Amino acid sequence: MKVSGAAVCAADAVMLWYSHVNRYNPGNSRNPVWRSVLHDCGRAVCMRLTHALEKNSMEYVISVLLSGISVGGQYALIAIGYTLVYGILRLINFAHGDVFMVAGLMGIYFTAVMPITLSIPLVILVTVALGFTIERVAYKPLRDAPRMSVMISAIGVSYLLQNSATYITGGQPMTYPTIPFLASTIKVFGTHTKWVVILTPLLVLLLVFLLTQLIDRTKIGMAMRAVSKDFETSRLMGIKINSVISMTFIIGSALAAVGSVLFFTNYPAITPMAGAMPGLKAFVAAVFGGIGSIPGAVIGAFLIGICETIIKGLPSSWDVSVFSDAFTFALLIVILILKPQGLFGEAATDKV
Amino acid sequence: MAGYICLLLLIVTILENLSMFIPGMPQVLQPTSPLFTVLKKGAVYSLVAVSMNLLNGFTGLFSLGQAGFMLLGAYTYAILTVPAKMKDQVYYLFGGSLLKTSLVDIFGAVFGTEGVGRAIAMVLGVVLAIVLAGCVAAFFAYLIGLPVLRLKSDYLAIATLGFAEIIRAIFQWQRLGPITNGANMIKGFPTFTSFNITDSSGQVLFRLSTFVPFLVSSICILLIILLINSSYGRAFKSIRDDEIASEAMGISLSKHKMLAFVISSFFSGMGGALFAMYVANAQAKAFTSVMTYEILLIVVVGGIGSISGSVIATFLYVACSEWWLRFLDSEMVLSSGFKVPLLRNGFRMVVFSVVIMVIVLFFSRGIMGDRELRLPGISARPVRPKSADKGKAAANAAAQTVTEEKSSDEQEG
Repeated sequence: MKVSGAAVCAADAVMLWYSHVNRYNPGNSRNPVWRSVLHDCGRAVCMRLTHALEKNSMEYVISVLLSGISVGGQYALIAIGYTLVYGILRLINFAHGDVFMVAGLMGIYFTAVMPITLSIPLVILVTVALGFTIERVAYKPLRDAPRMSVMISAIGVSYLLQNSATYITGGQPMTYPTIPFLASTIKVFGTHTKWVVILTPLLVLLLVFLLTQLIDRTKIGMAMRAVSKDFETSRLMGIKINSVISMTFIIGSALAAVGSVLFFTNYPAITPMAGAMPGLKAFVAAVFGGIGSIPGAVIGAFLIGICETIIKGLPSSWDVSVFSDAFTFALLIVILILKPQGLFGEAATDKV
Repeated sequence: MAGYICLLLLIVTILENLSMFIPGMPQVLQPTSPLFTVLKKGAVYSLVAVSMNLLNGFTGLFSLGQAGFMLLGAYTYAILTVPAKMKDQVYYLFGGSLLKTSLVDIFGAVFGTEGVGRAIAMVLGVVLAIVLAGCVAAFFAYLIGLPVLRLKSDYLAIATLGFAEIIRAIFQWQRLGPITNGANMIKGFPTFTSFNITDSSGQVLFRLSTFVPFLVSSICILLIILLINSSYGRAFKSIRDDEIASEAMGISLSKHKMLAFVISSFFSGMGGALFAMYVANAQAKAFTSVMTYEILLIVVVGGIGSISGSVIATFLYVACSEWWLRFLDSEMVLSSGFKVPLLRNGFRMVVFSVVIMVIVLFFSRGIMGDRELRLPGISARPVRPKSADKGKAAANAAAQTVTEEKSSDEQEG
């Protein structure tokens, strides 16, 4: 198949571009031996990958990529919540992934008693209320405490939400209801897929557009930017810190609720631990894109979603699908070492 | 301090063997009683909690990699001690293990496989395996520490958490099956009950299964206390209080952070080995981030920066979750016919997490804050010792008093 040649060419092109960049920026990589070794490794991996691809059909590749994009979009919706909160409070909101899981559970319980058209808005509303309450009860009292205490409080909330979910569901995996439109199948590029897979990236782009408009054009958006720039000064300037922080939690929770509807339509079972891993991955996406930056978080999330699905889709004889979660964290560590501020983040300066 | 430890070990041994020599002891002192589960698990967890406190509370490095290092320790111990004749059975999916022998078998070849020789071989093999478990965890901590210790507070937390997840994935990889048994559990290695002294027919003569974890963790905790009271310990605390000032005082930040990280991981690895002995198996999927969170919450409840606090909190936590609050998980109907609402499976953990949230929010200093428990005979020393064995003694005493309460409760019920 043509793909093999194309992928090897792509590896060569990337290395060419990389060496080109480094010629003008010699500080990045001083060791040409290291670079050529990297190139050879990259080439070898590409050859193996394409070898594996040749055995599969183009349709398979497309379906893997499509589902990667959709998983990425769902991570993006969670990642925005992380990046907004971190940008303003400098807090890794460990409970955010569990809020996402609780939203999924509410989706199950609400659709059991009312029509879907009513239950989805209600899920979003109640999730927003949950996020708002968590902030008021667990984070607000610790506003002046050391950062570590707030993070511990977040871990405590996450523990509480998981245990409550275990209590309410009885620890059994719950089946997510099929939403008529989203779960129906459609044929794209010769592969059958669900509507949700196609719809997710579009919806994400729309929501991100609206959110950037909110942040760039409105008064509350301006306040959010000010607070993330300098907490103390904006407080002195008369910005109502608490309402700004509540707003970020409201936006984050609403997006997480939307994300949960999309995510769990694809993954039929919800367990109390279902939120932890997507939550951590979304956080990694936020770090990857540069914490505090919304486009960064979205791009990072898409990248992680696609890579993860590719790893899961590799031939089963390689036995690498167990690394689909580990890959995300390896990426995190590489990013933290090479470019701690992320793709679009601003370099933080510590004043002594 | 050594005196208190000896006293504690003596009490544990007597408690454990009371039912053996005096017939008609109450249920709570029988070997199957939850008291001994609590004591064993508490001893294991207190070592891990103290090692986490060394890092988070005394050096100010917020690390969430504890479960990963415990996993390394547990697997090292398990791989090194599964007896040669058990290997084919344990690794049946992979046609036997890559490692054909075990430490116990190696020592057995020297000291003999019968009677006292067998006992010596087992003790030596197990002790060496536990220490090696710590060493493997420490080695990996060194490798991991090189890149991640440059990171600041919450980035460090998330990077170490990520490393724990990566390690977990590697140990579940089927390709490593001949060593790690893939995603299946390793079992069949010596556990705490292997230390009970038996006669030739397998009848238990003298129980040591609670004594062993207490011995290992009190020695380790004692070593940590000595470290904290040394000049290194003071350097750790100064780094926690102010990095820039301590650097100005000539303390090498990278060296001391690395030292604290490696030592803490060493003891976590040993704790992991003890944990494998306690649950009698090693399986990667047990060591999730939830385990780290649990240990972190124990440390917070005990007081960040207090060794005795960590130990007391561990025993309280374990006793509540394994014993005292168990009744919350089953339905209860009072004698008047009133069915107590809410009680059903899982309610215990909800109550538990609410209590923890209350402590985190309103009593953020925990049980002990950064103070230590003082007992007569120790506070008079010139070097202010901060002791954990006192904490353990207190926890043990508490456990004993509760033993009495429990027995009276049972009479009422």
